[in-house]
Amino acid sequence: MKQMHLAAHFPGVNSTTVWADPRSRSQIDFTSFEHLARTAERGKFDFFFLAEGLRLREHNGRIHDLDVVGRPESLTVLNALAAVTERLGLAATVNATFNEPYELARRLATLDHLSAGRAAWNVVTSSDAFTGENFRRGGYLDRADRYTRAAEFVSTARELWDSWAPDGTSRPFAHSGRHFEISGEFTVPRSPQGHPVVIQAGDSDEGREFAASTADVIFTRHGTLEAGRAFYADVKARLAKYGRQPDDLRIMPGVTVVVGDTDADAEQDAAEIRRLQVSPQNAILALEQVWGRDLSSYDPDGPLPAVDPDPGSSIVQGRVRVADPLGVAAKWRALSESKGLSIRETVIESTVRQSFIGSPETVAADLEKFVATDAADGFILVPHLTPGGLDDFVDRVVPLLQERGAFRSEYTGSTLRSHLGLAEPVWKG
Amino acid sequence: MSATRPLHLAAEIGGPPRYDAASHVALARLAEGGALDFVTLGDSFARPGPDALAVLARVAPATSRIGLVPTVTTTHTEPFHISSAVATLDWVSGGRAGWQADVSTTEAEARLFGRRPAAPASALWQEAGEAADAGARLWDSWEDDAEVRDAATGRFIDRDKLHYVDFEGSTFSVRGPAIVPRPPQGRPVTVIDGTSGPAREPAARYADVVHVRATSPEQAASLRDDLRRGAAAHGRDPDSLRVLVALTVDLGDAETAPEPGLESGPQLAGRGTYFRGGPVDLAELITQWYQGGAADGFHLTPITPERDLERIVNGTVALLQHRSLFRTFYPGGTLREHLGLGRPANRYAPARTPEGTS
Repeated sequence: MKQMHLAAHFPGVNSTTVWADPRSRSQIDFTSFEHLARTAERGKFDFFFLAEGLRLREHNGRIHDLDVVGRPESLTVLNALAAVTERLGLAATVNATFNEPYELARRLATLDHLSAGRAAWNVVTSSDAFTGENFRRGGYLDRADRYTRAAEFVSTARELWDSWAPDGTSRPFAHSGRHFEISGEFTVPRSPQGHPVVIQAGDSDEGREFAASTADVIFTRHGTLEAGRAFYADVKARLAKYGRQPDDLRIMPGVTVVVGDTDADAEQDAAEIRRLQVSPQNAILALEQVWGRDLSSYDPDGPLPAVDPDPGSSIVQGRVRVADPLGVAAKWRALSESKGLSIRETVIESTVRQSFIGSPETVAADLEKFVATDAADGFILVPHLTPGGLDDFVDRVVPLLQERGAFRSEYTGSTLRSHLGLAEPVWKG
Repeated sequence: MSATRPLHLAAEIGGPPRYDAASHVALARLAEGGALDFVTLGDSFARPGPDALAVLARVAPATSRIGLVPTVTTTHTEPFHISSAVATLDWVSGGRAGWQADVSTTEAEARLFGRRPAAPASALWQEAGEAADAGARLWDSWEDDAEVRDAATGRFIDRDKLHYVDFEGSTFSVRGPAIVPRPPQGRPVTVIDGTSGPAREPAARYADVVHVRATSPEQAASLRDDLRRGAAAHGRDPDSLRVLVALTVDLGDAETAPEPGLESGPQLAGRGTYFRGGPVDLAELITQWYQGGAADGFHLTPITPERDLERIVNGTVALLQHRSLFRTFYPGGTLREHLGLGRPANRYAPARTPEGTS
């Protein structure tokens, strides 16, 4: 039977994190990270995943204050977590636009050494001059160059990781490309995994191609079985032209799970969580992001605005823009009118929907079905609570997955590559 | 000077490059057993070795009191990233982080990045000072009570307590605010080797701890006076600066006698002043220099870490403790507390009364 892979995302700066819940603890204290990571390791998860922020988000020209704001720097947290975990993979999201290959390859190789082979890098890019205002590089890099720089960044990092032979001898490197012209000697020997695991997040055509050519894991967002299968088939089919096998890339959608004693209990909890995620203030904000206008005078429990969106607006900064505001607004309006929904109810219906809801048996069966029918190779769980958001899943669902033979009962190797069933890369000296 | 001024001791745990966690953890725990203020871990892109900040982050949960001070170079690294990483080291260690700012002067280091040519030390140290300044502003860019979690208004933070730093340096600019909330120490401890001319000015202006290399107590005292005057000229209280004499120590196999010919004191060698002798001789030197007012303490670089650090802790430090010159336990939890440095007030926060307004 095809076994699934599981990873844990630390809930942070996003609208799914319910910080107002009385069980919610610090988003920054190390004890929170330690609790979630230890829970994931207790559940025999493949890896623990941290997102990144390089500029605080803004809305209407002011710092966004409704969701969790602030987080520690990923690689430093993961090095500390390496001290309190033994097998769990440790994945850091790090931007390829506002970093340089030599320094980042070195930091990743160091994490791989200090964790005895558990490091992973989630490669993200930015073309955002807004974010660039915190960096020397600024915002000059245009959208078209994002992935060419990222691809050259990853291949350069791999050249550096290969510049030490497995026998421990170092050789000078020289890389000359469009984005990087660098040479010298790398300071870190080949690390326990050879190359830290490379993860790619993103769903655009360029993102899929980049993942097919380069990544070990792709982090996606596909909630339905059909969408998952279509994505899976598309991305796996792209591997061959890069000389890669379907098993060389793991497809892991980010998912949310609500577990209850019964399916009905879980549905009820899920509805309550959605209401907590979409506060009245958040409902207006979500609407403003589509409408591109200040809608602060509207009642969240009242009807949608009669005015049309401003499609040219840049009301939001530092978060993904709504691609087709007029289309989205039309859809929301239709939904609101047909069901008689308020602004807040419309936003709840339109923007958040947990991926897997039900009793432990239901959730285990649904997860297994996704993997067995090639809609995913596994999942990155995004809990809504810090730091206890994985407790229920690990205590109640994981044992069922293990009984079904759908998930490991013990780690069989010590490195993240071994958890993921990925071969150690061949040394290209 | 005040006779009650406490002695500060720190040790470098680098040496031949090692990439495993266990050896670094063992050395940091050894130093912690001697109640040392902090350990440093040197770093450079110019020679083999792991990323020092990463190593000390790995060490943090395996220790409980000792300060952790990695070298972080500012020449080829983004100041925004530096401030985030050092602040995070402070979070994961519960307020025990510092960083030793250094520069990368060589063409070989510049070629590793390919972004800019090598530059003179004076320009690079000016930039390092600006990186320290920008970092401190970013650490202040969140007021300590910015996170409000006010369910009634739906606000996680009070945005009025977050501040853009709008820093304009000679080679970089930063908008801010920080991504990482203000760290436990307010500002992690900034360390600079202030021996060389170009580093002296940023050390006096921005450092909390300054290392100096000196071959005589008179030379150390003169450097210390110079740094304190420089600090005062920048509007700082000179007593907010700790000046430590940097010594490279080889405690070898000698139990007491120093190397013949070196009885009169240490010799200048490389990045530190070289001392060879026994643990008791080192304790004597520390006692004499310290009591003579040459320094606030010492930063010791053991030439063979495993051997010499053990001798420093169980020989030299034990003797200094026996003489009541050095603490036997940590009365505080943070590195600033070990160093007797206050938690800095936030430059952006208006003075607020308990009622909330000034």
